[in-house]
Amino acid sequence: MSIKTIETPIFECETGNYHTFCPISCVAWLYQKIEDSFFLVIGTKTCGYFLQNALGVMIFAEPRYAMAELEEGDISAKLNDYGELRRLCLQIRKDRNPSVIVWIGTCTTEIIKMDLEGIAPKLETEIGIPIVVARANGLDYAFTQGEDTVLAALTHRCPEHRISSDKQCQIDQKIFPDLLTKQIKKNYWEDKSDNHPPLVLFGSLPSTVASQLNLELKRQSIRVSGWLPAQRYTELPSLGKGIYVCGVNPFLSRTATTLMRRRGCKLIGAPFPIGPDGTRAWIEKICSAFSIQPKGLEERENQVWNNLRDYLDLLRGKSVFFMGDNLLEISLSRFLIRCGMIVYEIGIPYMDERYQASELALLQSTCNKMHIPMPRIVEKPDNYNQIQRMRELEPDLAITGMAHANPLEARGINTKWSVEFTFAQIHGFTNVKDLLELITRPLRRNDSLRDLGWTNLSV
Amino acid sequence: MKLAYWMYAGPAHIGTLRVASSFKNVHAVMHAPLGDDYFNVMRSMLERERDFTPVTASMVDRHVLARGSQERVVNNINRKDKEQRPDLIVLTPTCTSSILQEDLQNFVDRASLSSDSDVILADVNHYRVNELEAADRTLEQIVRYYLNKVRGRRTMNQCLTDSPSANIIGIFTLGFHNQHDCRELKRLLRDLGIGINQVIPEGGFVGDIQNLPKAWFNIVPYREVGLMTAMYLEKEFGMPYVSVTPMGVVDTAEFIRQVQELVNAWAPILLGRKVNYESYIDNQTKFVSQAAWFSRSIDCQNLTGKKAVVFGDATHAASITRILAQEMGIHVSCAGTYCKHDAEWFNEQLQGFCDEILITEDHTEVGDMIARTEPSAIFGTQMERHIGKRLAIPCGVISAPVHIQNFPLGYRPFLGYEGTNQIADLVYNSFTLGMEDHLLDLFGGHDTKEVITESLSTDKDLTWNLESKAELNKIPGFVRGKIKRNTEKYARQKGITNITVDVMYAAKEALNA
Ligand code: SF4
Repeated sequence: MSIKTIETPIFECETGNYHTFCPISCVAWLYQKIEDSFFLVIGTKTCGYFLQNALGVMIFAEPRYAMAELEEGDISAKLNDYGELRRLCLQIRKDRNPSVIVWIGTCTTEIIKMDLEGIAPKLETEIGIPIVVARANGLDYAFTQGEDTVLAALTHRCPEHRISSDKQCQIDQKIFPDLLTKQIKKNYWEDKSDNHPPLVLFGSLPSTVASQLNLELKRQSIRVSGWLPAQRYTELPSLGKGIYVCGVNPFLSRTATTLMRRRGCKLIGAPFPIGPDGTRAWIEKICSAFSIQPKGLEERENQVWNNLRDYLDLLRGKSVFFMGDNLLEISLSRFLIRCGMIVYEIGIPYMDERYQASELALLQSTCNKMHIPMPRIVEKPDNYNQIQRMRELEPDLAITGMAHANPLEARGINTKWSVEFTFAQIHGFTNVKDLLELITRPLRRNDSLRDLGWTNLSV
Repeated sequence: MKLAYWMYAGPAHIGTLRVASSFKNVHAVMHAPLGDDYFNVMRSMLERERDFTPVTASMVDRHVLARGSQERVVNNINRKDKEQRPDLIVLTPTCTSSILQEDLQNFVDRASLSSDSDVILADVNHYRVNELEAADRTLEQIVRYYLNKVRGRRTMNQCLTDSPSANIIGIFTLGFHNQHDCRELKRLLRDLGIGINQVIPEGGFVGDIQNLPKAWFNIVPYREVGLMTAMYLEKEFGMPYVSVTPMGVVDTAEFIRQVQELVNAWAPILLGRKVNYESYIDNQTKFVSQAAWFSRSIDCQNLTGKKAVVFGDATHAASITRILAQEMGIHVSCAGTYCKHDAEWFNEQLQGFCDEILITEDHTEVGDMIARTEPSAIFGTQMERHIGKRLAIPCGVISAPVHIQNFPLGYRPFLGYEGTNQIADLVYNSFTLGMEDHLLDLFGGHDTKEVITESLSTDKDLTWNLESKAELNKIPGFVRGKIKRNTEKYARQKGITNITVDVMYAAKEALNA
């Protein structure tokens, strides 16, 4: 057997001294996604202050999240955790009556070893609302990985795909009366008519983007039987042996592992549907898992590329530097290289080579195809060192967090805030234009300022 | 545990970072988990800072939990020392370090052995103090550290400057209109022939702190930050200070008179004469500031007796309340602050200027108070602005916490004589906004509006019939809420569930009677 040797990616690891959002920020988009949820962040003023400022105006719109702010008595264990959480959750039930309360564990609950996982089941039966525990803290995770911990925790709450026995059914019925009646029966009956095993997609996307992806797959006569998370907690998809799952975002490795190991699902490892190249590869992988011959995909991809000419002209030959803070970096780099850009460095908080294997392979083949060397991938980057490197490389564009954006701009380096990629709609064929709109915005803006002679404004 | 959606003052470390990063060439190393350097984002975004914020984190992660963070903290401090050669490195504890209970002072001692920079541990406890208290302490701590240092070396020069001079204490980053206020204060002092010895912490060098005692006196424009430092300097060096906030015409005059007194303590000896600022005050009040004339004009007359509520930090809420009450004849129903630690001072300041005083950190209490009082305008923080939006009451923002729009590029001081003009505009515009709405309503401009009233209380057991709804819509916006509530109250008392036009008028009569 001959193995074609291609340049293998080299991963470097720096000090981890980089700026990113705390993973508790995931409540910002998850409470909006899961409409009947309530997120309770059990932490300190520090966590609250971060959320309040990072979420900006959303705070004023009576969001379905709150802080359980720990006080000195909670830390010194003078107060009883169970009693305190019970009091707050009853309050939440009274005010909002959610279908699920998600507890977000923070650094403080980790350090004082508050037994959230132990308390939740007891309290759940007492107050009659499911309580899901996700430990999305800054000790262990970065930014978008917060969603990963929440989805991994939700995985355990998805109903079983096949109803195993009448007894199990009765037990389930007690705990999740709503779930059983609708979703399980629906899956149970409908699956029989499909020409492929049931497919569940995981990753939180705005509902319009989710239906766009559903539609893309439908064109290949693949039916998506559910999303994790669904629009409502009571509509979580059923999982189990025989269910195929596929991720839509690169930061969901824990969720993927949990789906495989704990729920017996089959994972389709694919690049992520970001950019037309990624979307096509993603669909192809799913098709091939079901032995379906993809139809008209190549034309669809080409057509999208053709519509992007103006943007591509602007990007071709330009260089970009990812400082790294949200784990979308590999997919975005791969897409930008395909657009004709040169990537100097891909900073990334955490690299799961197994979960991202297909994406990495696509990155490599894209580099080959575009005849450029594989960029260096820097895990746990060091922002200070990166800025030194950037001074030498002088990239045309730096994709970076908000802490560095203004100072870099003042030094004449175009920047794009990385956070926008997590909030904007960037998945699938339909949204490529928006994605490029984001990326080219600083270039277009600065093009129009170029002749004014005030590029470098640092003091 | 406390259920909290929003907070007025941030955690302690923010205060320390604000002070540390306001000095020039001072670096703060936070002892914190990944993600707690959000301060850098705020400074970069809100202040639109061109420079990298001099704050880095010494990460607390699993590894640290297992083995302690000594080595890492020491390395990080030494690394910053080499890379950026700051004058001072401030190790900043966070909520996380508060509970880890590591001996951070020990790390600081070790690190300072091998670094050229001075290294100190900010003496703040997350669970005991908030952002503002922490800022106050950190500033005092840094000043004390450097003054002790020169005292130890006996190189201190305590001679007063030849001509009168002052230090301005408490101007710092992310403060509400601080930069503009600082400029205005400098201008005011220049007019009075007083030099600025130093401004701290904003833009100051820690190496210059030893020269603080050369000033004749200190100025502390805001209650929240700087008082501790001023008191320390008074105790140790006998430096007097002025802590009146020169906000509004009356208080600015009072401020200048106090300054005059302090200058005259030395002027006969050092200048050979006394100073007298009365004619300056008179001239500025009558001609530079338009606020005095404004309060005389018929514009302001129209505001007489109008109801307002005020909420904010102690300094701004107190000053604005007094301006509204004594300079504009506005009726302040309630004035409040979230600076609980300063409640006593606040109470004392506002005796006789408002009906009611509210001291709370809970924004829902503030919201309820506003809904209950139904003022014609609110002066508060961004939170009150949003409460106002829901209740259709205009709001002028007068205090932190604030958004990016409260970091204007244009010149907008709140202090001094130009400040009085800005405040007059703010007050007048807030009220007329409400008036305009009212006029539009009178002439039926909003007749397509579906929503009857935004209300914080939901009341489902009462129904308004079509006719009464239409009638309610005819009532001007700013009193509509009140009429609705009064009618409903009346209906409930009488056990009426269906509200008709008759019921509305019956309610009105019952109330008038
Ligand atoms: S890093 Fe930890 S302490 Fe900081 S906001 Fe996140 S969870 Fe809270």
